[in-house]
Amino acid sequence: MKPATLRLPSLRLPTLREVGTEARLLLIGIPVFIWTMVPIYHMFLFAISPKEDAFSGKLWPDHPTLHNFEIVFREQHYFLRDFYIQFWNSLVIAVAVGALTLFVATAAAFSISRLRVPGGRLVMNLALFTYFIPAAFLAVPMYRTMGNYGLLNNHWALILAMVTIASPYAIWVLKQASDKLPVELDEAAIMDGATTLQIFRLVYIPLMMPSLVAIGTYAILLAWNEYLYAFLLLSNDTEITLPVALGNFLAADDSPWELLMTTGFIYALPPAAIYYAFKRYMVGGLTAGAVKS
Amino acid sequence: MAITLSASDVPGAPLSARLTPAQVWGIVLLTPYLLVFLAFVVYPVGYGLWLARQPSSYVTLYHDPIFARAAVNTLIFLVIGINIKMLIALFLSGFFVVQRAWIKWLSVLFILPWAVPSIPTILSVRFMLNPEWGVINTLIFKFTGEDGPNWLNDPAVALTMAIAVHIWKSLPFWTLILITGRLAISHDLFEAAEVDGATWWQKFRYITWPSMQTLYVTCTLLSMIWTLGDFNSVYLLTGGGPADLTHVLATLGIRYLRLDQLSLAMASIVCALPFVLPLVYFMMKRLSR
Repeated sequence: MKPATLRLPSLRLPTLREVGTEARLLLIGIPVFIWTMVPIYHMFLFAISPKEDAFSGKLWPDHPTLHNFEIVFREQHYFLRDFYIQFWNSLVIAVAVGALTLFVATAAAFSISRLRVPGGRLVMNLALFTYFIPAAFLAVPMYRTMGNYGLLNNHWALILAMVTIASPYAIWVLKQASDKLPVELDEAAIMDGATTLQIFRLVYIPLMMPSLVAIGTYAILLAWNEYLYAFLLLSNDTEITLPVALGNFLAADDSPWELLMTTGFIYALPPAAIYYAFKRYMVGGLTAGAVKS
Repeated sequence: MAITLSASDVPGAPLSARLTPAQVWGIVLLTPYLLVFLAFVVYPVGYGLWLARQPSSYVTLYHDPIFARAAVNTLIFLVIGINIKMLIALFLSGFFVVQRAWIKWLSVLFILPWAVPSIPTILSVRFMLNPEWGVINTLIFKFTGEDGPNWLNDPAVALTMAIAVHIWKSLPFWTLILITGRLAISHDLFEAAEVDGATWWQKFRYITWPSMQTLYVTCTLLSMIWTLGDFNSVYLLTGGGPADLTHVLATLGIRYLRLDQLSLAMASIVCALPFVLPLVYFMMKRLSR
């Protein structure tokens, strides 16, 4: 306990030491703020600048405009011909990956953690092992495998690849969460004559809701943000997702940066919004499980 | 050797009779993942290893200067880049636990690099560094009247920038994890140390670090494993250039793939396995407790 001194905060001048502490905090905080915001602000600045203003190096354009957004939304550029269909592709694939990952991972976690299926621990370890294989290492064989399955240039190739990458972590987090549910719940339900499926549907799923939301969000964001696999597995202009389309801008030397940044800005908004909307689930459900020491 | 036989172990009994209904459901519910695992992990990995079976691929790799360069770059990326990142994260986790309204707001913004997709932001950095039109060289010209350096044309600078982009992207995540670690330390310890007149360094050395070192080491190893697969930071910023001098193993495999040298692509990945697998094993030991 600090010694309690009688003082009225509003009348008191800060001591030299307190000023020093605040100054030091600001000395860390301001560089952190600049470091974090510069690439994002730069992108935003390009998006609201007319073409000739964008390169001037000014902190704020002389004539801010939404013209770039208009061009993107009206698909009025060679690189943007298929903007809507690419946006749609990204959306469909992300939602499909979210749904499939939830299905696969919830079933597996229930089976391993609640039903204690023989060999469950082995499966858990194999999944965990997959989680630690760097995704870029699996990309090359995955590309050939999808070719052998005849799925290249098909959305299912990307969906299945992303489910493969997302499920190990999903199963692990869901298993950790379901291990914490008391066994008595299942026992009570069995006493009441519930079948296994009823326990799954009526007891397990409702109790697991927060973790399920976190995992669904995780899988959707992972799929929406994926570049490498999308770029390997899909190639037709009407099949690719938005990030691949963004990468294709670089193919030309005179690519319109302001349009690329505008499209990138539009592409970055949904995941950022989802992240902040589900932040409390993400932080509670994911980081707690991510690294327990 | 004593073997206890229960009804469920009797061989020859029909499968359904040897398993309880719950176990049958357990197998049914586990099947979707097992199918995914067999079709998209076991088969590709097995197929990949089969592709990498010829010793001649390794000889070719050994004589390919780009491979040696990529291996060195990967090592620099992991050993220097990740340790710098984790040290900054450790430092910043101490900053973000300070109770101030503005720090709370800053922490909300600080997550942004992690929350937004990496492609548009990496391309944004790429444009900033463009020697002719990029904002950095424009500003250098404005203030000094001299042309700025050709940033991404120097392999050392380009690799440093790729590492910086990687740090920018993943620093918030690791800081967040280390913040949870710091918040788990009992506040009484710090108050007691305060009474005893401990300095800032002593508090860190004798209270914070001992309770966080396991978490810190786990995070560092995990980040190293994952960074091996960081394709975007290098590929989208430098494309492996100039002259293929900034490749890392993650982008090199894709480069060989695009050149239709599939066995080389797989062999380059197989070469990394002796370093990756012990780390993976160690992490699994830690996390499956």
